[in-house]
Amino acid sequence: MPANTEQLIEVVVQIADDHLILGHRLSEWCGHAPMLEEDLSMPNMALDLVGQSRALYSYAAQLESKGHSEDDFAYLRKDREYTNCLLVERPNTDFAHTMLKQFYFAAFMHPFWQGVKNGTDNTLSGIAGKAEKEIGYHIRHAGEWIVRLGDGTDESAERMNDAIEALHPYTGELLEVDEARQSCIVSGAIPEIAPIQTQWNATINNVFTQAKLTVPEIDYPQQGGRAGNHTEDFGFLLTELQYMQRTYPGAQW
Amino acid sequence: MYSQGLIGANTETEETQEFLDAFQARIDAEIKIEPNDPMPAAYRKTLIRMIGQHAHSEIVGMLPEGNWITRAPTLRRKVALLAKVQDEGGHGLYLYSAAETLGVSREQMTEELLNGTAKYSSIFNYPTPTWADIGAIGWLVDGAAIMNQVPLCRCSYGPYARAMIRVCKEESFHQRQGYELMKTLAEGNDDQKHMAQDALNRWWWPSIMMFGPSDTDSQHSDQSMKWKIKRFTNDELRQKFIDATVPQAELIGLTMPDPDLKWNETKNDNGGYDFGKIDWDEFWKVVKGHGMMNKDRIRARKKAWDDGAWVREAALAYAKKNEKQHSEAA
Repeated sequence: MPANTEQLIEVVVQIADDHLILGHRLSEWCGHAPMLEEDLSMPNMALDLVGQSRALYSYAAQLESKGHSEDDFAYLRKDREYTNCLLVERPNTDFAHTMLKQFYFAAFMHPFWQGVKNGTDNTLSGIAGKAEKEIGYHIRHAGEWIVRLGDGTDESAERMNDAIEALHPYTGELLEVDEARQSCIVSGAIPEIAPIQTQWNATINNVFTQAKLTVPEIDYPQQGGRAGNHTEDFGFLLTELQYMQRTYPGAQW
Repeated sequence: MYSQGLIGANTETEETQEFLDAFQARIDAEIKIEPNDPMPAAYRKTLIRMIGQHAHSEIVGMLPEGNWITRAPTLRRKVALLAKVQDEGGHGLYLYSAAETLGVSREQMTEELLNGTAKYSSIFNYPTPTWADIGAIGWLVDGAAIMNQVPLCRCSYGPYARAMIRVCKEESFHQRQGYELMKTLAEGNDDQKHMAQDALNRWWWPSIMMFGPSDTDSQHSDQSMKWKIKRFTNDELRQKFIDATVPQAELIGLTMPDPDLKWNETKNDNGGYDFGKIDWDEFWKVVKGHGMMNKDRIRARKKAWDDGAWVREAALAYAKKNEKQHSEAA
């Protein structure tokens, strides 16, 4: 058992919440995509994300040793107890917002998982091995759409710019290092943030340049998710997510 | 894509008696008809209608089940449902491609779905108000679909037959998954048992209507049987489905909502279930567009298509720009 178990659980749950909530949002598209190919690829990516959240919640439960299950974490906490970053809970709005959200997140998670894979925690390293490959595909998929939409028609460029204006302020939280994360960086379970920030910037700049889009300067970043301070939309997401577990407490499904 | 070369190709065939006899002889010898083979116009038309309807059913079928993805009760159920609905979309894509080998485009078929000229399986015009409906659809609707589709693996048209092999494997997995979901509910608490029985009560009759009108009233059956597009009649398939499904309900302690359902030793040589009278007025009401969800389903498809127009336009515009740049650079 690592010396900083509590901090490790906190970080594992943060990452699990990011994946669950982003996967949940993406799954809202199922059957309503702009084309059939996207009706196949968005659920595919949602499956990757929810799958990763399951592995992470199970690990958190194991570290915690209180007899909790992945579903206890996913379904039975109160809103303030979810510690996902705010970016992933933002509503889908349109296809430009959705792809940009995926892209920002994947561009962060890819180098993050690479670091975790080579880190000191064997279980996390195993999860990272699989996740790194999946998230690499998400960068490619979403990145290609950013380019097509940014450099497509006037309308698509306008929608991309609107998405950037709406979502870029939330990206800073991805790179935030709180006490729990710092402790896991020190133990070597997760990587140092500076090289990840460099890679994240490079990925965003590269794709935005191809897409003829501009990376904005953010003076007032939005944050609060890691401390459980969520946007108004989040309550509605939880209402749907938790509906069955709350209506039929204790039932097995 | 291979099939796109066939869209709009000249498919005219002079249908002399000699040609029709040779075509029938080939069918009777169980030799598959392939996209480039000459075929009677009516054979082509029947297949385009059938495969198109099948593809549309997969696509519209994503909606009633997709309805529960964000409310699935556990993470395991959530990923299983997501994967299942994604499979249905995959079947749609696969089938549109099979239909394209007959010279019709996906865009044309989509337009016909949205403007109401093309049909899809009426079963998807029923609502899914509870979680148990997800189990009932997997067990009964996919179960009925398999009864229809397994014989289609031997359909005389090669691309459709081959597509069906993969589709049937996945549908059979869905059917077991749906049954397992219902079994879990039937073994659960009173609320869950009630939810399962209620779903069965609502889905049983529509499921057995899925095989279409009785043989005496079906307008398409005879010629399709002769051309070996279909291998069994609607009533034969319906009976097979009922005989297979009734014991499954009994096994998990659910009751079929049909007081006239009774095993009959002497039916069809080996025995079979007698069952109550099907309400064909209800069937035709829904087929004609007056089921609870008909309008909502098409509206949802149309909304997705219209809301996504700017995305498809942008992708095309980007592809054209790039094509131009590549040719200028060359």
